[in-house]
Amino acid sequence: MNCKQATELMSQGQDRTLSKRERMALRLHLLICKGCSNYSRQLAFIREAMQRFRER
Amino acid sequence: MNANTEHGDGTNGDTLRPDAEQIAALREDMLRFARLQLRDSHLAEDVVHEAIAAALKSGDYQGRARLKTWVFAILRNKIVDVIRERSRHPSEPYIEEPEPELEGQFKANGHWKREQQPSAWHDPETSLANDQFWVLLEACLNELPENPARVFMMREHLGLEVKEICIELAISESNCWVLMHRARMRLRKCLENHFMQQDMNS
Repeated sequence: MNCKQATELMSQGQDRTLSKRERMALRLHLLICKGCSNYSRQLAFIREAMQRFRER
Repeated sequence: MNANTEHGDGTNGDTLRPDAEQIAALREDMLRFARLQLRDSHLAEDVVHEAIAAALKSGDYQGRARLKTWVFAILRNKIVDVIRERSRHPSEPYIEEPEPELEGQFKANGHWKREQQPSAWHDPETSLANDQFWVLLEACLNELPENPARVFMMREHLGLEVKEICIELAISESNCWVLMHRARMRLRKCLENHFMQQDMNS
């Protein structure tokens, strides 16, 4: 898995349940990739921010 | 307002009606919400007007929900109606054009270019309490291109499921994933550019 594929999968992971295989592959990639693990935290933050934004 | 009134048939005559003045006070918020979603201020005015009229006419509000939550639920439905109507007469088709701006963040092998690698944001939670952050977020949302913006806002702002969004917009699910992904890529980049340049938490 490369970073491009990982970012696509992380986005989908916010909207659907990833398969076991997808989750495993993603987890492995995140372990070795700083950029993508930052990206993953940023997506989670964006989701939270949007939720608060709706409630404001 | 008594939120504990329990009666379903309204026979005792004290059914809580929405208060016109309270609803009017929400108008500005409703407009902002509708504008962000529809990107058309005339249309936004119309939708908000309709939603307020519907809210005032409706007997559904019996003090059960928070007034704002209830009024916004009506507004959301009206907005979905408009989007649905619009997607029956699309002004531009949902074509997946390559976006060099996004592709350019990766090397040929699909890994991040060194200077494009997402960085660790310093204490983003704190910035949620910062008014400046919300201005920035709104600006970044407004910078999204139309199609990714519509899909993203339907998901994160209107709170619809991706399946529903595909149906409403009459686009394929894979197209939906692509648009959603592009919106998140852009939004992240926009936030990072500003996060990094000015310390939002100071």
